[in-house]
Amino acid sequence: MDNSKRSGLTIALLVFFALSVFIAGWYVGQNKHQPPTITPSLGGASYSGGYRPSNEVIPQGNSAVNTRTKSGNVHVVEPGGSIQKMVERAQPGDTIQVMPGTYSETVYIDKDDIHLVGVILAGERATLDGLGKLNDAILYSGNNIIIENFKITAYKGNGIMSQAGNNFEIRNNIIIDTGIYGIFPQLGKNGLIEHNVVSGIADAAIYVGMSDNIHVAYNEVFDSVAGIEIENSRHAIVEHNHTHHNTGGILAFITPGLPVKDTYDVIIRNNFILDNNTENFGAPGSTVAGIPAGTGILVMAADDVIIEGNIISNNKTAGILITDHANAENLTLDLDSDPNADRAMILDNVMINNGYDTIDVIRAFALTELHTGNIDIFQIGPSQDSCIINRHRYHAVGIGDFSECTFNNTDNIDNYLIAGGAEPRVIAPSERGEIAYLGICAGCHSYTGRLIGPPVQLIQAMYKDNPEGLAAYINAPIKRQPNYPPMPAQNYLDTETQLAVAHYILQVGP
Amino acid sequence: MAIIAHQIAPAGRVYFGDYAKTFIRYKPSGHAVIGLSLQQSTVVFWAALPRYIVAWIALSFGAAMTTLPNRSLASGNGEFTLDPHCPPSFRLAADNRCSLRHSYQLYESLQDRGVGGLKTALPEARDGFSPQQIDLGRLLFFDPILSADHSLSCATCHNPAQGFSDGMGRGRGINGSIQQRSAPTLWNSGFLSLFFWDARATSLEQQAKSPLFSLNEMGNTPANLLASMQQSPAYQELFTQAFPEHPQALSIKHILTALSAFQSSLISLNSRYDQYAHGYHQALNEQELEGLNIFRSFVARCSQCHTPPLFTNQQIAVIGTPEPSNLPRDIGAEKTFNASVLRGGFKVPTLRNIANTGPYMHSGRFSTLREATEFYNKGRGHAVDKEEQLLLHWHISEPNLTAQEIDRLVDFMHTLTDESLMPTTPQHVPSGLPLMHRENHHGQQ
Repeated sequence: MDNSKRSGLTIALLVFFALSVFIAGWYVGQNKHQPPTITPSLGGASYSGGYRPSNEVIPQGNSAVNTRTKSGNVHVVEPGGSIQKMVERAQPGDTIQVMPGTYSETVYIDKDDIHLVGVILAGERATLDGLGKLNDAILYSGNNIIIENFKITAYKGNGIMSQAGNNFEIRNNIIIDTGIYGIFPQLGKNGLIEHNVVSGIADAAIYVGMSDNIHVAYNEVFDSVAGIEIENSRHAIVEHNHTHHNTGGILAFITPGLPVKDTYDVIIRNNFILDNNTENFGAPGSTVAGIPAGTGILVMAADDVIIEGNIISNNKTAGILITDHANAENLTLDLDSDPNADRAMILDNVMINNGYDTIDVIRAFALTELHTGNIDIFQIGPSQDSCIINRHRYHAVGIGDFSECTFNNTDNIDNYLIAGGAEPRVIAPSERGEIAYLGICAGCHSYTGRLIGPPVQLIQAMYKDNPEGLAAYINAPIKRQPNYPPMPAQNYLDTETQLAVAHYILQVGP
Repeated sequence: MAIIAHQIAPAGRVYFGDYAKTFIRYKPSGHAVIGLSLQQSTVVFWAALPRYIVAWIALSFGAAMTTLPNRSLASGNGEFTLDPHCPPSFRLAADNRCSLRHSYQLYESLQDRGVGGLKTALPEARDGFSPQQIDLGRLLFFDPILSADHSLSCATCHNPAQGFSDGMGRGRGINGSIQQRSAPTLWNSGFLSLFFWDARATSLEQQAKSPLFSLNEMGNTPANLLASMQQSPAYQELFTQAFPEHPQALSIKHILTALSAFQSSLISLNSRYDQYAHGYHQALNEQELEGLNIFRSFVARCSQCHTPPLFTNQQIAVIGTPEPSNLPRDIGAEKTFNASVLRGGFKVPTLRNIANTGPYMHSGRFSTLREATEFYNKGRGHAVDKEEQLLLHWHISEPNLTAQEIDRLVDFMHTLTDESLMPTTPQHVPSGLPLMHRENHHGQQ
């Protein structure tokens, strides 16, 4: 290196040093001279945002399933029997009671309004044991499902999983070492997950994925990679849970590359989030595999997350970690997902001894704010309109842009559950008939011309004023016309739809 | 005057064999000449009840006397009339538009995204085309006039008899040129919002342009295509029927519209799986049910990306399948989005009618469903070169499924087959060119 270059470099270093001292002085001075804004813990305004049902019904009560207007049958499964066989026999509205004992099976519920209830006798539970071989313990797709009082262990996939079930309650289950997720409702609306004890899970003990209006309360989750995870979901409250000895305690985030694109309106309050320093044992490539051990709360790209009243202690990386997608690793590109964690709201929390042994990238970034030592709150990346109260209480990095919140509690929000359950679409019989006619019958029948089956005009003449007769034929056809092929039975349509389509056929025009 | 043939000879439908050669001939005046002859009148002797007999005679005769068949009419001398009726699963509205009706409209989906479980709404579909536009699209689809040398039609690579694909790993375009990727099925393409394996098109119209004007697919140019179409009096007339409000009815834009209209009519939602989903639990046997449960379990995780009811979540996934031998890694969506994290990423394909649309993956690397399924069981990144940097999808894991479980998954995928609303393959196309797609036997190659 020649001299001129060397002197140039020296000057640059001097300028950098001087600038650093100036900025540091300004920063320290700023902190020293500004008295803290102290917001009282009691009284004050409540959060005015959050979910409001469109029909103006105030959510109330702690029930997510529809209230039963009449009691169905109760089926009892004894040890040695099959829960699944009973599910197949049960009708919507029925309750299945499972007596204590061990059952090794996968139970799947593809019908609505089934209450699957374990019976606990003197502490002994109905136990679903996957023997390390079975995939999932309980799968359901129906609406208004209750799963409670089971012990579930040694499955390879999930303990309790739903796909697109609405109005569910998963309560008082003990789930131990069931593989990927302990409790995993996905693509559902209006669900309550409470009083479960979940441990030893390689991904998330409780994972709410792509769901709306969810309440997660009074659960104990531990010895898992993620304790409670709210992913690509909206209107969720996580409260009064005890999450300890996981890699990360409570997570609210957006995973890019999923069909539902956002997470917002999440309240995390009054939880115990302690000692979440377990080494990350997530599967390579899984989203949670990137969570640094020692994370109390992680907010990634989620918007409108309120953190209030939690006791967050002894999490070695950070008590609260807020990041955008750009500062996270191993994420795919998704142009439809907003990558920033906007409108984070941090109210009063008790934070003790967090971030005492944090990861290098966080330590390095903290140094740019001349912060060393413990880290209760760490924020990185753009975060618009975020706020905090009583910031002076915490060891905080990256919250310089946060304003003072204009409220100090969420007391006016009990839960985001929809009173009486999310109502299914109400379908008029005529619509059902038209859909079946156009979607199924029209493949073989046209009004006048000949397709595969005889013309509708002919059918109308045959069954004039006799929709019941036509419905019966649809259910179990008898070959009558020698030069048409036999009609396949449409017995998979329920009787209501068969009659609806019969009515429709008898009145349809060309 | 022209003798009009009622075309009722669709390809590939179970019941259709006996009828493929059935023609009912009409005089253009609408009076029956032949066809409804003795054969049908013998029905009366078989009918069980007198009422049916009377109805049958009256109506089968009346149908022939007074009505237009509901598929487009092709005449020997180039006169064509487009079908004024919507295809099955569509309702004709007063404004002469066809709106889609199907059983999944009885349900909702979270955030209206059209993904979920059994009783979940589908994504919003393209509809609202007129019956004439759909029928014109059908004729265009089968007409080799769209290709530069009139050697192939859309149906060459999207053959109805082969699940609207071509049975080949990488199809053959003009002059036998080998395509980079396999031809996807067109069933249910009206529900898609991304097109091509690399997701480079966002509408059916945008998609249709690419094969038409790609040098190694149909090899045409807009000018040449328009010129050859304009030489066809039949097409002049048909475009006027389909686009009556436009003085310049025959245009590239309208060719794309008509092709899109036809593609949006390819509805496959009546599989045995669908019967199960709607609540008829006997529709699947024990093995298929076992397959369904493996499919949606979090061990196999199939349904996380091949999410019902469309059996795709329409996202890009990097799964790291091997390329055909001697071919470099296909970078896929990396190019579309200029993003290295999407290197080797492809749009998740639908699994509906998957049993009819092998071989599988973007280049048809796997010839059977079982091979394709086994890929996912062989370990994360097992087919990715060590020096290759791919950000594999998080659901590509090591499920350690047993051989029996893989068999059950294949069983289940077979329940997604439904071609009950197969459109009719025209006997003749307006250009007068011979149909070309039937010349293909590459599925057997």
